[in-house]
Amino acid sequence: MFTLQEILETIKMVQKENLDIRTITMGISLRDCADPNSAAARQKIDDKITRLAGNLVRTGENIEREYGLPIVNKRISVTPIAIVAESSRSDHYVDFARTLDDAAAAVGVNFIGGFSALVHKGYTGADKRLIDSIPEALACTDRVCSSVNVATTKAGINMDAVYLMGQVIKKTAERTAEQDGIGCAKLVVFANVPEDNPFMAGAFHGIGEPECVINVGVSGPGVVKNAVDTVKGADFGILAETVKKTAFKITRMGELVGRTAARMLDLPFGIVDISLAPTPAIGDSVAEILESMGLERCGTHGTTAALALLNDAVKKGGAMASSYVGGLSGAFIPVSEDAGMIRAVESGALTLDKLEALTCVCSVGLDMIAVPGDTTAETIAAIIADEAAIGMINKKTTAVRLIPAVGKRIGDYVEFGGLLGRAPIIPVKPFSSADFVRRGGRIPAPIHSLTN
Amino acid sequence: MLSQMNPMEPKGSRVIVTVIGPDCVGIIAGVAQVLASNKINILDISQTILQEFLVMVMVADMSGSTVDLLTLKEKLDEKGLELGVQIDALHEDAFKFMHRI
Repeated sequence: MFTLQEILETIKMVQKENLDIRTITMGISLRDCADPNSAAARQKIDDKITRLAGNLVRTGENIEREYGLPIVNKRISVTPIAIVAESSRSDHYVDFARTLDDAAAAVGVNFIGGFSALVHKGYTGADKRLIDSIPEALACTDRVCSSVNVATTKAGINMDAVYLMGQVIKKTAERTAEQDGIGCAKLVVFANVPEDNPFMAGAFHGIGEPECVINVGVSGPGVVKNAVDTVKGADFGILAETVKKTAFKITRMGELVGRTAARMLDLPFGIVDISLAPTPAIGDSVAEILESMGLERCGTHGTTAALALLNDAVKKGGAMASSYVGGLSGAFIPVSEDAGMIRAVESGALTLDKLEALTCVCSVGLDMIAVPGDTTAETIAAIIADEAAIGMINKKTTAVRLIPAVGKRIGDYVEFGGLLGRAPIIPVKPFSSADFVRRGGRIPAPIHSLTN
Repeated sequence: MLSQMNPMEPKGSRVIVTVIGPDCVGIIAGVAQVLASNKINILDISQTILQEFLVMVMVADMSGSTVDLLTLKEKLDEKGLELGVQIDALHEDAFKFMHRI
């Protein structure tokens, strides 16, 4: 038996507070598509994606029809292409990106993730070819997302890859300059990357994953914000408890949709990613949750503590609500995709340094941050190195998704529209890090990686 | 209240329709007419007045329905606009998953 209060609570979450299933992501292994002939490999990739994901969008829509719950995105993640393309005789992998783009368009998904390489300890030839192909691949495709893992707690930080990614980000921004560098919004540099993340742009299908799997990402910053508003002035125990209970309820919706999608598609159900993922929509902001906790503006003193509490309570509530929690599972703090974060940057409360501090206690990293167009590849590499160090030492995922906006300065904006939003250009330090990042080699794994 | 709803029952085709808004003549009739014309059976109705607002909850069975839930929601939206109230519908599993373990 449901009480009236329970019924109204659920209706309010969906109607007024933007509770939705952010993404159903189908993970597809492409390991069996490798072929010495590049065209043959690409044909196998196209065949496999269109065969397995042919019904993905329709299934998502059917679940919306049956349950009345909004499902915003249907997406695909695939095996890192550097692994799949490795045995093909090919100097670059832009054609593989085009194949992914065409297959994604054919099945009607808006993003496909996995133009990726895992290089935390070093490159293979294919890894290098893939990374060199990224700027052109992201410029000539619409739906392909790319990610590169440059560090892990076990392996340390591959500083050669960090420096290279600084250059790749610059080139990607230049290749997509007329669209404010949108290519960079589809490129993530990771440390300790998860292999089952359903959220873009960092999703790929890890090598320990099954043949095909359904992962789900839920979202509901607006629901959490309204719950926090109801305990104004209460102590931190009550605040954490309120967030936990709300996260539990949100995650249950993900569990329902994930299980249903897996059943309908006759596939195993992988994980629910319980991340709080904001959108530029009004009332769908993580920054506003932190402000509701009692901060005048996100980014002021106390923000790191507030985010730590939020992130931990979301995990505790979410973990109890799902049989399998995975992916990134925390709070996302992208700037361009969160109206409250944008406001905080505009008012000077939120800086790059504070964002870096926040990444120590939340699920991802420096996300969707626009920096001046004249920021050097070395400075971007140094920013990546800082994030990777936080991830490596703290045994957590960190990531960098920066947009060095060509021709733009402080006070200007990049405009992407849709879920990617808009971002004010944020200042970086004017002092050089070039001699540091050019040293090359690896930063060794920390002492606490020696757990055996 | 809503005694038809046993959350332990297996997955069915029941939906919960909620109506919220200022009370006026013809709300129940209007909503019931939309459901009936699409062959949706009303199993239970409960209503209460919160301050001056009518809050009505219906449990309905869609097993013989001629439309899917998304289409029903559109039709209920139209009716809500006409009656000056907000009408919504969600599958019972959404409530089951959220409020029961």
